[in-house]
Formats: sequence, structure tokens, C-alpha cells
Amino acid sequence: MSSDTIVLLPDQSTARIPKRNYLTQENGLLSWLLTGDHKRIAILYLISLSFFFFIGGALAGLIRLELLTPQTDLMATDTYNKVFTMHGVIMIFFFLVPSVPATLGNFFIPMMIGAKDLALPKINLLSWYLYMAGGLLALYTMATGGVDTGWTFTTPLSTHYVNTNVLTTGLAAFIAGFSSIFTGLNFIVTIHKMRAPGMTWFRLPLFVWAHYAASILMVLATPVVAISIVLIALERTIGIGVFDPTKGGDPLLFQHLFWFYSHPAVYIMILPGMGVISEVISTFSRKRVFGYTAVAFSSVAIAVFGFFVWAHHMFIMGISNYAVLVFSLLTMLVAVPSAIKIFNWTFTLYKGSITFETPLIYTFGFMGLFTIGGLTGVFLGTSGTDIHLTETYFIVAHFHFVMVGGMLMAFLAGIHFWWPKMTGRMYPEKISQLAAVVTFIGFNFTFFPQFILGTLGMPRRYASYPPEFQILNVFSTAGATILGVGYLLPVLYLTWSLKYGAIAGDNPWQATGLEWQTQSPPLTENFVEMPIMDHEAYDYEWLENQTKNREKEAEVTSAG
Amino acid sequence: MPDSTTIAHGAEAAAHEEHPAYLRHHFNSTEQQADASNFAMWLFLLTEVMFFGGLFTAYLIYRNWYYPAFVSGSHQLNVIWGTTNTFVLILSSFTMAMGVWCAETRRRRGLVLCLSLTLVLGLAFLGIKTVEYREKIEKHHVPGTHYSIGAFLDPAHDEAASAAGDKPLALDMARHTEVYFSLYFLMTGMHALHMIIGIGILVFMIVRARAGAYTAGHVTMVENFGLYWHFVDIIWIYLFALLYLISRH
Amino acid sequence: MSETSEHAHHIVSPKVYVVILFALLLGTALTVGASFVDLGLWNPVIALAIATSKATLVVLYFMHVKYSTKLTKLTVFSGIFLFLALVGMTLADYVSRAWGQW
Repeated sequence: MSSDTIVLLPDQSTARIPKRNYLTQENGLLSWLLTGDHKRIAILYLISLSFFFFIGGALAGLIRLELLTPQTDLMATDTYNKVFTMHGVIMIFFFLVPSVPATLGNFFIPMMIGAKDLALPKINLLSWYLYMAGGLLALYTMATGGVDTGWTFTTPLSTHYVNTNVLTTGLAAFIAGFSSIFTGLNFIVTIHKMRAPGMTWFRLPLFVWAHYAASILMVLATPVVAISIVLIALERTIGIGVFDPTKGGDPLLFQHLFWFYSHPAVYIMILPGMGVISEVISTFSRKRVFGYTAVAFSSVAIAVFGFFVWAHHMFIMGISNYAVLVFSLLTMLVAVPSAIKIFNWTFTLYKGSITFETPLIYTFGFMGLFTIGGLTGVFLGTSGTDIHLTETYFIVAHFHFVMVGGMLMAFLAGIHFWWPKMTGRMYPEKISQLAAVVTFIGFNFTFFPQFILGTLGMPRRYASYPPEFQILNVFSTAGATILGVGYLLPVLYLTWSLKYGAIAGDNPWQATGLEWQTQSPPLTENFVEMPIMDHEAYDYEWLENQTKNREKEAEVTSAG
Repeated sequence: MPDSTTIAHGAEAAAHEEHPAYLRHHFNSTEQQADASNFAMWLFLLTEVMFFGGLFTAYLIYRNWYYPAFVSGSHQLNVIWGTTNTFVLILSSFTMAMGVWCAETRRRRGLVLCLSLTLVLGLAFLGIKTVEYREKIEKHHVPGTHYSIGAFLDPAHDEAASAAGDKPLALDMARHTEVYFSLYFLMTGMHALHMIIGIGILVFMIVRARAGAYTAGHVTMVENFGLYWHFVDIIWIYLFALLYLISRH
Repeated sequence: MSETSEHAHHIVSPKVYVVILFALLLGTALTVGASFVDLGLWNPVIALAIATSKATLVVLYFMHVKYSTKLTKLTVFSGIFLFLALVGMTLADYVSRAWGQW
């Protein structure tokens, strides 16, 4: 590990957290629960998201414990079904979808574009309350018997054959969906209408472009899953017949409506993470992102193409062969913009001045693991191979590579990158680097064996399996334990850093974004004066000039 | 432009505006605020388009599969009530658009009148819907345990079916009329729910309009609600054509 | 200022609204009348065409899109486009199922 670092901290003997900042400017519980400040709402989200993440993680732990042995000995099969269902529901709707947008997006989009807040602060707060309501309802569902249909609620299982809490879980997801819609709506309006003077579209940080693309998906795709949940609810309660073959309905119609959202949902989950990666790679290689325009447009391209590939989740379900052909072809196309990003990030690193701070370690993890996950998606998008690989552990490995190896690593990279700005404190570097490496190792042990298990034929969502698969499952569970340690460590040292971390100062990473040109933690109103954007994004020369000017001023004032 | 009055606000004028009470702190000008909230309302309407989109998808699929059942089901709806409701809703869109004009030209009494007319027309629409729904309930055409396919197996003994000259349907096709009615209640019910919410907001707005809240330059609420109301009208325009007018010859 | 540095606020005159009102009422009468005439396959096409014309008038004039910014027009267009993609691609699956296994 290189001992070079670009971290530039203020003199610790004299540095203080600025007395007036968004955390101290108002006091009392109500000032948090009724806040309009996007930064406070981001913190509220961060705390609640972490809570739900660990519940989802505990459920994952239960899954891996059960799968240590080929028999169903830890829990009954029905219980196992409930465990993996809730793991999926909580991780997707209550962690991954809101993760980066609701925390880092909320906190930093206004600052990055030079605005005082998002366009609709009350709607922002409403988003958080809807998220909490949905989350609490999901917990209630768990406490009252759970649901065992899988997070995909496939009909007619979910409508006609189970006696579990499909309705409450559906309602929880419905409510969480509206939370997501309002967040996306807020971002789109803000990015269009509240940019500071001089902040043209092509001077925006790529983080903003990524969130813009994800927000389009949030706003346009989520309502379709909302109506599909309404239809399930009515099918279950009244028996309207839309998904019931005995009444002439088609169960596949549910899947069309469900996946019309749930495929774009995976891009909702990953795009903001990709935005984080752009920021981190640029900062820690001291170079502007290679091919800015290509990366910006590729975010939008992923969003647009992402709308047209949903039926690749339905290849074996009974859609027509012609549909299979068309959707398979379109799926190949959607991989291209993601690949463009990986290439451009790599070229950003090339001949850059690289230092290995924690955010960049997570980023390297992202790039390798997301690439593997993405490439395995090609096997699944090819309908011929999909027939063999779908509904096996290959799929489970694929989406965990992109979501956990990709998205979650990006989330952690972002949290570490912006921690100094949000809290004014630095986290301890050595242990955080260790945690990143532990996470990477644990992740690979957990999920790589699952690719092999899948190709060998182990089905997903099964509590028991043939004994010859046990060794790989044991590897996977062992990896999960290491992974758990890797995720627990940041909780501990980040909390520690709130009191004991070094004072970070305005710009410890010497980064170029507008958010780094103001105090840490920021003021409630973000900026003292409205900034005017007069330089390109990732303009390190501009940053050097700023630093030189500030040093000159400091000399003048100390001399005079 | 011969058909509209143009009032231009330059950026300079906006910058020199006083900060009215309704200007939220995070906006730089009332222009920006109005612009942003208008755009936000359009985005919200997009979500509504996609929400109803799922229902229209289901409708088109099942109409394609079970056309005879959809024809017979549609003949059970009263075209006169449906057409009347369409006229009512179009008229209410007109009164709503006039309301926006009154707000823009600072006609407080005109605005209250227009909003009140819109409200009355909206209530009339719901009243007619109630009449229609009650008739459906009485004839056991509500999907669920009490659904009856008698009228489709034996149209001669059903008033609406015989008036339309329906032939008896085979048993399985007669059963599929339940899908038609599911979609009928779903789509018109979802539409009615949006009407009820709109009416609630209208009541609130009439109270505020009487106090002059919307005729002092801050017309955003009326404009944006107008967008919502027109959208609900557009949904009905399609529902009427698709549900009521399937092959009436 | 982001996008509307020169913001012209058009106030649409009531005369326009009255014309559109009558056009919509006429369209309604037309569509009801057309449904009573046997035009075979063209019946649903005409019904949808009239409905779409009415909707277009409402969008352009009552909802002021004709006098709105490019952004508003783009927003409306993208909503319609995506709605058509949802309906069209889903229906394409259902329609092509009947074509058999290649």
C-alpha cells in the first residue's frame, strides 16, 4: 500500500469544527423531525438506512447458516422462504434503492449545483416519512408471520396459494415506492431549475448526471410496480381475476408489470453508485474524468435502454419466442453504456497521480466486481444459456456481484469520501483501509462459489440441496462471516470518529466540487454567497489557483 | 400571437422584485419558484400516466383475448349516462381553465365562481357514477363472490343486453365478462378516487380563493391544480371510449 | 438563472377556451355516433383517434403546453413515449404468442 496521500488536514492543534453549521444551527427533536434542510434529511435517511441494512444483513446471515448443511435443519422450509423473501424486500426497497440518492444525493446535489436546498424541501421530508412508514410496516410484517413468496411476488403463488402477509408487504413496498418517486421528482426539478449561474449541464459533476438518470427511472418506472401491487391486493381480496387462469386471467401479466419497474430498479440502484465512482476516481487520481461527455451520456443511455429490457427476467416463463429474441437483443445493447463507463474510469486512472485512500480501495473493488457481475449478466441475457442458468445460484451470484460488490462498495466509497464534509471529522485511515480489504475478501469468498454452484445446477430459494454442493456452500457461509466483519467495522470506527476523529477542514481530499469549497460541516444555507461557476468540472488547475490565491491572501493578512 | 396576451418578465425585472411572503427561501425569485413547481406537477402527472398505464395495458390485452365478453359487458353500461358524464367533465375542464384565467387576470370573484362551478360539475360526475355503480351492484355485475353471468348466458331476459341485440355467450366466454367488469371498476374507480381527491382540494382552494390568496400574483396553486384536473379529464376521455363504446352497432 | 432567463408568461384568452370546449363536445358527439355505425376493424381505430385528438386539445390549450417551454413539451412527450413502450412491447408479447414456435 502506498504511503503517499493527498490528504491535507488543517493544523490539528488549532483547528476547530465551525461553531455554526447545519447540525448546530437549530436544536431540539422537532428541528430534526420537521426539518426542511436536505442535509438533515440525508442524515435521517443515513441512520434509518443503516438500521434496515443490518436487519437485511441478519436475515442474510440466517440464510447462510441454514445453507451450511444440505438438509433443512436450522429452520422449517416455510420459514426459510420467509427469511429470503424479507431479505430481498428489505435489501432492495429499504436499502439499495434509496441508499446513495437519499443520503449522498440529498446531501450533495444542492451543494454541487450551487443551490440552497432541493426544489421541494417539504416533499423531501415526506419522502423520509414514507420510507419510515413502509419500513416499519415491513418490520410489522416480519413480526406477524412474514411473507414467503420471494420478493418478486410471482403470481399465482402470491395471489392464490399462500396464506402469508402478502398484502402488508405489498403495501410496505407501495409506500416505499412513493418515497422513491418523490425523491426522484425532487432531484429532476432541482437539477433543471436551480443550478447556480454558470453551472451549465456539462459543468455538472458526473454524480449529478448519474442521479438525474436514476431519477428519471424512479419517476417513470415506479408507478407501474405500484399498480401491479394494487392488482395483487385486489386479486387476493376480491378475486377480480386479472391474474387467475381459471377466470381467464394471465399470471404473466403481473410479471410484465412487475419487471417493467424492477429491471429499471436495478439501474436506479447502480447509477448513483456509478456517480460516486466518477467523483472518487477523479479525486484520487488527480485527473478530470476521461471522456466526461461519454460518461454523462452513458448514464442517460443506461436509463433509456433500461426501460426496454424487462422481459429478460421472463425468458422461461412463457412469453413468446419472438419476445425472447427482441428482449435478448436489447439486453445486449444495455451492457454497452456500462462498459463505456468502466473504460473511461480506467483511462482516468491511467497516468493519474494515484493514492490509495479508503474510498479508492472500495472503488477498485467496485470496478473489478461490477465488471464480473456485468459480464455474467451477458450469459443471462443470452436466452439459450439463460434457460440453464436462470433460477439457479448463478443468478444469485450475478446480482450480488453487481449490487453488493458493485453498489454497496460504491455506497461505502461515497460515505467515506464525503464523511469529512458531512461531519467535519476524518475517520481513522488504517482501520478503514483494512475494513475495505476485509470486505473485498469476504465478498469474493461468499459469492464467487455461488457462480459455480449455479452452473452445477443448484437452484435458488431452496433450503436443502444435494450433498455434493456442501463444500461450496460452506465456503460461501465462511465468506459471509468475514463480510459481516467488514461491514461492522465502518459502523464502529465511523461512530468513533464523530467524537475522536481528526478535524477535516474544508477540503481534506483537495477535490474540485463546489461542496468542497465551503466549510465542513456545511452551513444550513450551504453557501454564504451564491457561487458562480466559472470553470469546468474536475478542473484541478482551477483548484490550484484557488489554493495559491488563498495562500497569498493569508500571507497578506498575516503580514498586514 | 393573436390568441393570447403576452406579459414578459425579464431576468432583470425578476431580480429587482421585492421578496413577497410566498417566496420560499431556497428560491432566488418567484419566477424560479413558479417554474419549478409547475415542472414538478408535470413530473407528478407523468407518474400518474404510468400508473394508469398498467391498467390500460391489462385492458388492451384482455379486450384482445375476450372480445365478445367485452362487447357484452360494455353493452351493460348506459351510454347516455356515460356521454353525459363526458360532457360534464369536459365542461368542468373548461370552467377550470377559465378559473386559471381569472387568477392570472386577478378576478377574485370570477375565480371563486369558476372553481365553484368546477366543484359542482365534479360532484355531478360522481353522482352519476354512483347511480351507475348502484345499478351494477343490483345486477350482480361486481366481480367477486356475488358475480352473476346470467345476463350473458341468456341476454333475452336482460334489458340492456336484449336492447343491444346480444347473442348468448358460451359458458367460458360468459365467465370472462368478470375480467371486463374488474377492469371497469378498477379503471373508473381509480379515476373516481382521483376525482374525489381533486374535489377535496377544490374545496380548500375555494376557501383560499375567497380570501384572495390566488389573485395577488401567486397563481401557481390554481395553475398546477388545473393541470391535475385536466389530466383526470383526459383519463376519462379514454375510459369513455374504451369502456362504453365497444361496438354499439 | 437556470433555464428561463427570458420568461414570457402567456395568458390564454377565454375565446380560445370556448373554441376548444366546443371542439371537445363535438368530438364526444362524433365518437358516440361513430360507435353506432358498423365500420368493422375501423371502429376502435376511430374511437381512439377521436379520443387522442380530444386529449391533444386539452393538453395543448387547457394545459397550456402550446405556450410552454421546450422542457415541458419534452416532458409530455417522454411520458407518452414511455406509456406507448409499456403498452406496445407488452402487447407484442401477447400478440406474438399466437404465432407459434417459430
